[in-house]
Amino acid sequence: MGNKQTVFTHEQLEEYQDCTFFTRKEIMRLFYRYQDLAPQLVPLDYTTCPEVKVPYELIGSMPELKDNPFRQRIAQVFSQDGDGHMTLENFLDMFSVMSEMAPRDLKAYYAFKIYDFNNDDYICAWDLEQTVTRLTRGELSAEEVTLVCEKVLDEADSDHDGRLSLEDFQNMILRAPDFLSTFHIRI
Amino acid sequence: MSHQLKSLEEEGDKSTRRPSRKQASTAARPQDRHQAQSSRKEPTKGSPRPGSSRKRQVEHGSCHKGLRGQKPVKVERPSQGRKKDQRTSLKDRRTPPKKEREARRKETDKQLRKARSTSLASSASTGDSLSEEELAQILEQVEEKKKLISTMRNKPWPMAKKLRELREAQAFVEKYEGALGKGQGKHLYAYRMLMAKKWIKFKRDFDNFKTQCIPWEMKIKDIESHFGSSVASYFIFLRWMYGVNLVLFGLIFGLVIIPEVLMGMPYGSIPRKTVPRAEKEKAMDFSVLWDFEGYIKYSALFYGYYNNQRTIGWLRYRLPMAYFMVGVSVFGYSLMIVIRSMASNTQGSTSEGESDNFTFSFKMFTSWDYLIGNSETADNKYVSITTSFKESIVDEQESNKEENIHLTRFLRVLANFLVLCCLCGSGYLIYFVVKRSQEFSKMKNASWYERNEVEIVMSLLGMFCPPLFETIAALENYHPRTGLKWQLGRIFALFLGNLYTFLLALMDDVHLKLSNEEKIKNITHWTLFNYYNSSGGNESVPRPPPHPADVPRGSCWETAVGIEFMRLTVSDMLVTYLTILVGDFLRACFVRFMNHCWCWDLEAGFPSYAEFDISGNVLGLIFNQGMIWMGSFYAPGLVGVNVLRLLTSMYFQCWAVMSSNVPHERVFKASRSNNFYMGLLLLVLFLSLLPVAYTVMSLPPSFDCGPFSGKNRMYDVLHETIENDFPKFLGKIFAFLANPGLIIPAILLMFLAIYYLNSVSKSLSRANAQLRKKIQALREVEKNHKSMKGRAIITNSEDTLKNSSKSTTQLQVAEEEPAPYSPSQNQTVDKKAQGPGSSSTEGRASRHHVGALPPRDRPDSGQPQPQVYTCRSASGRSTRRPHN
Repeated sequence: MGNKQTVFTHEQLEEYQDCTFFTRKEIMRLFYRYQDLAPQLVPLDYTTCPEVKVPYELIGSMPELKDNPFRQRIAQVFSQDGDGHMTLENFLDMFSVMSEMAPRDLKAYYAFKIYDFNNDDYICAWDLEQTVTRLTRGELSAEEVTLVCEKVLDEADSDHDGRLSLEDFQNMILRAPDFLSTFHIRI
Repeated sequence: MSHQLKSLEEEGDKSTRRPSRKQASTAARPQDRHQAQSSRKEPTKGSPRPGSSRKRQVEHGSCHKGLRGQKPVKVERPSQGRKKDQRTSLKDRRTPPKKEREARRKETDKQLRKARSTSLASSASTGDSLSEEELAQILEQVEEKKKLISTMRNKPWPMAKKLRELREAQAFVEKYEGALGKGQGKHLYAYRMLMAKKWIKFKRDFDNFKTQCIPWEMKIKDIESHFGSSVASYFIFLRWMYGVNLVLFGLIFGLVIIPEVLMGMPYGSIPRKTVPRAEKEKAMDFSVLWDFEGYIKYSALFYGYYNNQRTIGWLRYRLPMAYFMVGVSVFGYSLMIVIRSMASNTQGSTSEGESDNFTFSFKMFTSWDYLIGNSETADNKYVSITTSFKESIVDEQESNKEENIHLTRFLRVLANFLVLCCLCGSGYLIYFVVKRSQEFSKMKNASWYERNEVEIVMSLLGMFCPPLFETIAALENYHPRTGLKWQLGRIFALFLGNLYTFLLALMDDVHLKLSNEEKIKNITHWTLFNYYNSSGGNESVPRPPPHPADVPRGSCWETAVGIEFMRLTVSDMLVTYLTILVGDFLRACFVRFMNHCWCWDLEAGFPSYAEFDISGNVLGLIFNQGMIWMGSFYAPGLVGVNVLRLLTSMYFQCWAVMSSNVPHERVFKASRSNNFYMGLLLLVLFLSLLPVAYTVMSLPPSFDCGPFSGKNRMYDVLHETIENDFPKFLGKIFAFLANPGLIIPAILLMFLAIYYLNSVSKSLSRANAQLRKKIQALREVEKNHKSMKGRAIITNSEDTLKNSSKSTTQLQVAEEEPAPYSPSQNQTVDKKAQGPGSSSTEGRASRHHVGALPPRDRPDSGQPQPQVYTCRSASGRSTRRPHN
């Protein structure tokens, strides 16, 4: 067997496999990716569960994330304390949710969190503005942005409270034809 | 290495252990037996880590991260052995340090877990004497846990929590599974997951492969992201056209030209395949070749080169028959493909009704492709998202526009009237000029202008009318998409005049040649007769046949027509390229480089950069294709030239657009189905079918050139084949089928069928529309319903806030369950008071953040205060949600 690794115990790997959508090999690959981000910080032995966090600056510079306008949000949502610094488990979580095996509901839940910039569990107009501004790099004029936000609320806000709840969001994203194919990071 | 061995050993250990435990558990007191077993195993293994205890210890390690004193625990734990019913004590032992360590984190979790573990404990303690009922209960629980294990990865929890839950569930299952004698489907599940993954990967690769196979996809995507889908639609149309032409090219080359070149008589063997002696001198000059005279005229590219031999080569290939059938199938295939793509376009447009409701939401939340890992692609994506937002905004503004409907109507009628006047005027002008040119052509010494008057007038019209139409169209104030359609239709009408004059001139030419043919035929016979008879008295030795170049021959009107179309295609191509080069590229260069030494701003002012002319390009393409369809029967090589043309223009125009054009002022979305282009194409196809069908059916072919020479009509080749090569009864059947008595009823039947299908589809679409309306209405009702509820909640929460002055504990109340919001406010307060207590005071930094960063520009600034608070409350809820 090519099971030469001494990073994780067998049980740890089994458990990670149960908790993510990855195979053993992929977990190892992800670990090495993680370790590569900060080789002097991350130990090569995880059997003792060291408390290590890779700072956001390094996470955000991964090629998979560095061009993403929402990279900071992604890191914040998946990090333990919401500050973007990630442990290995957060890291695995993130790529598990972003993998193509993850079901739509799970993805929708995290997508909602990502677009909820102020963490208030509702996507309000301000969040939408943030999203549009990031998507277009501020190319749209202020009126256009407000128009777009109004339209989004008009379309997806089913209880007319001026903001999108998780339920609204899921209801909307369920019908999106290419949500699954776009909300997906290959690693 | 040692690690590997150990893990292997463990695996083996587990597998041997399991059945034995199963047996043991069926006994009355499983715990003791098991304990004994494990204790027996420990020394033999040589390692102080029996599987499950180790698991537990790992659990301990990772779920209490930050625990520095793990090692001692690790050492001490195995010595305890494995006592299943010790679990509760274990829990107790574990919880105190946890309280110290994780006081900050998720108190509620613990509460829940505590409750769960006690329930476990109770069931465990009674494990000795399991009644039926309890057994069933446990079975249920085990199933539940198993399900939890298998769906653990679908839970939106952080990893630490997932791991904890997983371990708990696993321990539970392991403990009771044996008692219930159930196997584990874990491996099967893992296998299935693996297969699913492989399948997805395969599909992904296949999709990637498929998109890679689509030519110019990236180029078009690039253009789409910069210029919007309307410009891209032209390029997509161009690509489609290229595909169609490739198929036609394959048909003609594979079935006509290549057999002729391989198996037909070689060049110079018979008069029709030889350059006449008079032309021989200049036949290789470039100026001659450029006009498709000389050697090119007498090559397989044109109709006249083909011989009327019934079969050629050792394959006995029936070339005339093949020529005719290919000519027919070129039209058949084109008609079929155009109609089919029109049909598939309409199907696509009806099925996408759902996404209309969420245009902006989908753009907002699903347009960014998280896969993008390349800054250039990301730049393009930003641009394309901006463009698509702009497109939708234009659509939206257009649909919301309120204006004086009477004025608009009046202006539109006026505009149409003006355009109609323009069209009539230009039509008359063309008619007049053509009439005059017929007079000029009779004159011997016409000046250059007189000879080329028609062309000059046509190109002047083509140059000035489209901008004029565009100016008039500004009156109408249509949405740019609709405007484009009108513009296309009008220019199409103008171009039809062009086509009509061209065809008229051509027909005149053909008739002239046909009338001369009889004379030439006689001359040829006479010459040959003289040639053979003038040999003198030496009858025994027949004279060799005259050199093919010396034989007098007819004018071969078919080749002339082919050459005409060939010339037209090439000149059209050159004019297009020159226009792009001068009108777009040079203009862009001039504007770009002269801007800093000019007296006004060139970029913003007069010349500016050119916009991509969608209507002109689309129509150019369509009419070019019409030329190809008309000409391909008489010039089989024409399709090859056209394929080259489309290929070069794809690259050239892509480059020109990206380098020297600017996006339209109002970027608009192309209509979802480009059926309008297709409709125009179909019309042109029909129009080009008519002259070809006319010439084939009613003009006699030339007597000395082409595959049908010597026949009365071209389609006689069909009769000939049926009579000579098919069995008798088939000939009879064909004759019977061609009977008008049968054809007319068949046509009638077809009309009836069309009428019936049309009415069916109409009623279906009406039903469809009604259903859609119903769904819409339902959604509205739902929305209203929810909004009523939402308003109630908001007012309710406002009340609560007022009631609960500023005490934080009461704020938690609102946090606890804002959704159901029971009127019994006090009850929740109480619950909260005795509940997990100060869970929210520990709140995360981000929550403070919320308070510090209230949403700006809220549209409904009427109640900003309560909203912020409810937001907070909701965040409190979310941390708790996963538990229930």
